[in-house]
Amino acid sequence: MNPTLHGILVFLETWWVELTSGIVIVAVVPLVAGYVVLVERKLMADMQARLGPMRVGPHGLLQPIADAVKLLIKEDIIPAESDKLIFWLAPVISMVAALTSMGAIAFGPAFQVARDINIGILFVLGVSSLGFLGIILGGWASNSHYSIIGALRSTAQLVSYETAGGLAIISALLLSGTLKISGIVQAQYEQHVWFVFLAPVAAFIYLVASIAETNRAPFDLPEAESELVAGYMTEYSGFRWALYFLGEYANMIVVGSIATTLFLGGWLRPFPNWKGSGLIPEGIVDAGWDLVPAAFLGLIGVYCLYRAGKQPAKAQTWFMWAVALACFVVAALYAIPALLFAMGIGGVAGSLSVAVLPGLNGAFWFLLKVSGYIYVFMWLRFTLPRYRFDQLMHLGWYILIPLAIVNIFAVGVAMLVVANANWNHGLALTLATILGTVVTLLFAALLVRWHDRRTESASAASMAPDSYAG
Amino acid sequence: MLDSILFYFFAGVAVTSAALMVTRRNAIHSAVFLITTLLATAGIFLQLGAEFLFIAQIILYVGGIMVLFIFVIMLVRLDVALQHIRFRMKNLVVTIVIAVLGAEAGAIIYYARKLPGQGLFIQNMAPAEKLAPNSERLAESLFSGYLLPFEIASVLLLVAMVGAVVMAKNKKRTPEES
Amino acid sequence: MMSPAHYLFLSLALFLIGCVGVVTRRNVIVVLMSIELILNAVNINLVLFSRVFGDVAGQVFALFIIADAAAEAAVGLGIIIAFFRNRETILADEMDLLKW
Repeated sequence: MNPTLHGILVFLETWWVELTSGIVIVAVVPLVAGYVVLVERKLMADMQARLGPMRVGPHGLLQPIADAVKLLIKEDIIPAESDKLIFWLAPVISMVAALTSMGAIAFGPAFQVARDINIGILFVLGVSSLGFLGIILGGWASNSHYSIIGALRSTAQLVSYETAGGLAIISALLLSGTLKISGIVQAQYEQHVWFVFLAPVAAFIYLVASIAETNRAPFDLPEAESELVAGYMTEYSGFRWALYFLGEYANMIVVGSIATTLFLGGWLRPFPNWKGSGLIPEGIVDAGWDLVPAAFLGLIGVYCLYRAGKQPAKAQTWFMWAVALACFVVAALYAIPALLFAMGIGGVAGSLSVAVLPGLNGAFWFLLKVSGYIYVFMWLRFTLPRYRFDQLMHLGWYILIPLAIVNIFAVGVAMLVVANANWNHGLALTLATILGTVVTLLFAALLVRWHDRRTESASAASMAPDSYAG
Repeated sequence: MLDSILFYFFAGVAVTSAALMVTRRNAIHSAVFLITTLLATAGIFLQLGAEFLFIAQIILYVGGIMVLFIFVIMLVRLDVALQHIRFRMKNLVVTIVIAVLGAEAGAIIYYARKLPGQGLFIQNMAPAEKLAPNSERLAESLFSGYLLPFEIASVLLLVAMVGAVVMAKNKKRTPEES
Repeated sequence: MMSPAHYLFLSLALFLIGCVGVVTRRNVIVVLMSIELILNAVNINLVLFSRVFGDVAGQVFALFIIADAAAEAAVGLGIIIAFFRNRETILADEMDLLKW
C-alpha cells in the first residue's frame, strides 16, 4: 500500500474518536446555544408573568431556527473606516476559543475530546480566556466610540473576575489534588461528598466570578442596551453578531461545566457511594438510580403528549407528537441498558449495556447539573439590577479577591489539621471556610468604611470620570 | 511522522508570523501576529512534552501580556499618517548584518551536528517518559529546589504591579493648577 | 524524527527576527513586542534542552522567564503611557530629550 495512504489510515484509526467528537461539538453546540436562548426567553417571560415566544412552532420550539435563518440572510454591514482584517477576525476568535475549550470537558466518564489531559481544568480556563481577545479586537476594529469604550470596560471586568474565579478554583483544586478532570471527580467520589459542601465560599465566589466572566447580568454593563447601545457588538450585524452571541452562550455552558466538575460532583449521581445496606440490597439501589433518567424523560414525553391536544393548529399538534416520540425514544435508550444490567442478562446485549451505561448515566447527570447552574444564571439575570461599572470593579478587586485568597489559606489550614489531628474531614473544612469568610467580610467591611471616608473627603476635589479606567 | 508534520506546521507559523509582525505598519496588526507567534510557540512546547508550560504560555502571555499590549496600543492612538514607513538605509544595513550573524550561528549548529566527537554532543532527545507527569514534576521542583527564586519572582511581580500602577496613574489636576 | 538541531534553528530564526524588529522599528511598542519575541526564542531553547537531558529545571527557568517578561511588559508599557502623556509621541526618533 502507498506509505502516505497507510500513514493517513493509521492516523485516522488512532484519532477517530477525537476527530468525530470535535466535529460533533462544532456542529451541535451552536444549535444547543440557540435553544439555551429560547429557554432564557421563556424563563424571562415566566418570571415576568407572560408567555414568551409561542408562535413559531408549538410553544416557540422552532424560534431558534427562525432566528438563525433571519441572522443568516441579513445584510452584512462593515463600517467604512474599520480595519477589515481585524473586523473579520474578532468574532471568529471569540467563537473558536469557546468551542475549543469545550474539547477538554468531560460529559461523562468517557465523553471527552482531548482524552483526559493531565492539565484538564487549566486548559479549559486558559483557552476560554482567549475569548477576551475577540472582545477587545472587535471593539477596536469597529472604529466607533461606543464599541471601544464597551470593549475596554468589558475586558477590564473580565480580567478582574478571571483572577477571582481562578483563585476560587484553586481552593477546589487543593481538595482534589490534581488538575485532571477525571481525577477531580474521582476525588469527590472517594471523599463521599461534593466539593460544594466542603468549600462553599469558593463555590459562591466562582458563581459570582463566572457570571461576570460571561458578561451576564447583573454584570452586563458593557453590553446593556440602555448603557452603551450594545457595547463592543454595536457595529456587528447578521451572522457576525450571531457568532459573538453564540460564543457568549457557549462560554456559559463551558463555565457551567467547570463549576459542575469542580463543585457539583461532575458526572456522579447524587449519593454515589450509597450502595445499599441492610434492608435495601445493593442491586436495587443501583437499578433505581439507573432508571431515574428514563423516568425523567418519560415524564417530559407524557407532558408533551398532554400539551399536544391543546395546540391551536394541526401542524403544531403533530410537532408536539414528534417531540414526545423523541423523548420516549431517548427514555427507552436509557431504560433498556439499565434493565438489562439490573436483570443480569449476559451475552452481546448484556456486555454492550454494561459498557454504555456509565457513560449514558454520567452524561445525563452532568447535563442536568449544568442546566441547573445555567438556570441559576438566568434567575439572577431577571431578578437583580445592574451593577455600575465602578461598583463592579470594587466588588471584584476589593471583596472577591481578598475573600478568595483567605479562603485558600483556610482550606489549606483545614486540610493540614485534618491530616494531622484526625478531625472529621468535612467538619474541619466547613468550619475553616466559615471562619475565613467571617474574617474576610470583617476585613472587607473595614476596607469599605475606609474607602467611603476617603471618598467623602476627596469629593471636594473634582473626580472626572475616566471612561477608560475601571 | 505526525511529530515532524506538527513541528513544521508550528515552526512555519511561528517564523512567518514573526516576520509579518516586524514589518506591519499598523501596531494592532503586529500585535495580532505576535499572538499567532506565541500560540505557535506554545504548540512547540506541547510537542516537546512541556504541557504545563504550554498552558502557562497561553494564559500568561497570550491572555495577559498581549491583552495589556493591545490596551496600550488602543490608548496611545497614533495618527495613521505618522506610521508611514520610509525606506532607510540603516534598516537594510542592520538587517544584512543580523542575517550574516545568523548565518554564522546556523553554520555552527549545522556543522557541529555532522562532526562526531566535536562541537555539540547532543544528538538525540531523552525519552519523554523521563519528564512525565509534567505538572507534578514541575511543582515538586518549584516548591522544593527552586523555592527561593519562586518567592523572589512573586516579589518581582508585586513590585512590577505597583510600579505600573504608579507610572500610568492619571495625576489629577484641580482647575486652579492647570 | 526530530533532532534538537531543528528546534535550535527555529529558536535562532525567532531570535534574529526579534533583533531586527528591535533595531529597525520606530514605534516603541513594536520594539517591546520584538523583545517579547526574543524572550520566546530563548524559552524554546530552554524547553528543548530540558527535554534533551530529561531535567525539569529548564522548564522551571522558562516559567520564570515568562513571569519576568510579564513584569517587564507591564512596567515598560506604564513608562510608555507616562511618556505619551507628556510628549504626545511614541516614536523612538522623537524621544530625544537627552540629546546634547
